[in-house]
Amino acid sequence: MDENKKHQHHPSYGTFILVWIALLAFTSITVTIAGVNLGGYTLFVALLIAAIKSSLVINIFMHIKFDEKIFKVFLGLSGFTLVVIFILTFFDIIYR
Amino acid sequence: MTHSENAVYHVHRDDVGAKMGMWLFLFTEVLLFGGMFLIYAVYRYQFPDQFRVAAMELNTGIGTLNTVILLTSSLTVALSIAAMQKKNKFLSILLLSITILFALMFMVNKYFEWSAKFSHGIYPGSEELLNRPDGQILFYGLYYVMTGLHGLHVIIGVIILIFMLVFIIRNKITFNNYVKLENSGLYWHLVDLIWIFLFPLFYLIQ
Repeated sequence: MDENKKHQHHPSYGTFILVWIALLAFTSITVTIAGVNLGGYTLFVALLIAAIKSSLVINIFMHIKFDEKIFKVFLGLSGFTLVVIFILTFFDIIYR
Repeated sequence: MTHSENAVYHVHRDDVGAKMGMWLFLFTEVLLFGGMFLIYAVYRYQFPDQFRVAAMELNTGIGTLNTVILLTSSLTVALSIAAMQKKNKFLSILLLSITILFALMFMVNKYFEWSAKFSHGIYPGSEELLNRPDGQILFYGLYYVMTGLHGLHVIIGVIILIFMLVFIIRNKITFNNYVKLENSGLYWHLVDLIWIFLFPLFYLIQ
């Protein structure tokens, strides 16, 4: 059952190439935007674009979208752990 | 039907288990680099201006070129797996070889980038660097450690991908048994993912 399901969901060459084009487009956007002065938003925009690029890589290139749910849970858990560590550390740094 | 299929393909193999192991390993990698990104975030918060000044000296051109190289190598390894699934061994070998080539190109660029920095006297513990303010010393310390550890991952990735290439040539990896190739691909995509964050944080501060 799982075998069959897995085999139906292999992305085609075209999908991968489209994702690659999108990744290159986002790279050129982030490089261009870095030259524009956005004040406090520069870092936010750079990280937002990096996050969009990673979600493309994770979902399509790394097959997370088509694979077992448990892998998504692993990834969510590691991401959540990181966010918690970041928030707790910054509480310490900012209010020290 | 499903049973007999499993009996044929899954004699002593658990592909989902193998992938799960790989994802658990990637989990530890995310936390390893995550710790470093945390240190970066804290020091950038404390020394925003010095980070900016130090980052201006990095070569954005080489950084962008390496980003394009890594993204493209991620594509070729994904296509190599897709080719293997479609039973096209030749194309899979070709695309995997291109991936390895891109990885080596990345390291060559890294070599030129680091040598240029070294020749300007900017390396951990150098007199030139130690005379600068704390924030700049921290920036370059993080730059060398984080891109260095990432570079180490690229080298390990090349070695793993070369092994996979040999496995494909020797038919140890085939269209119905390619989980090794998939897991190596996952590792390679992780290397790409880390670079996606390293690139704007080090090369694109204005």
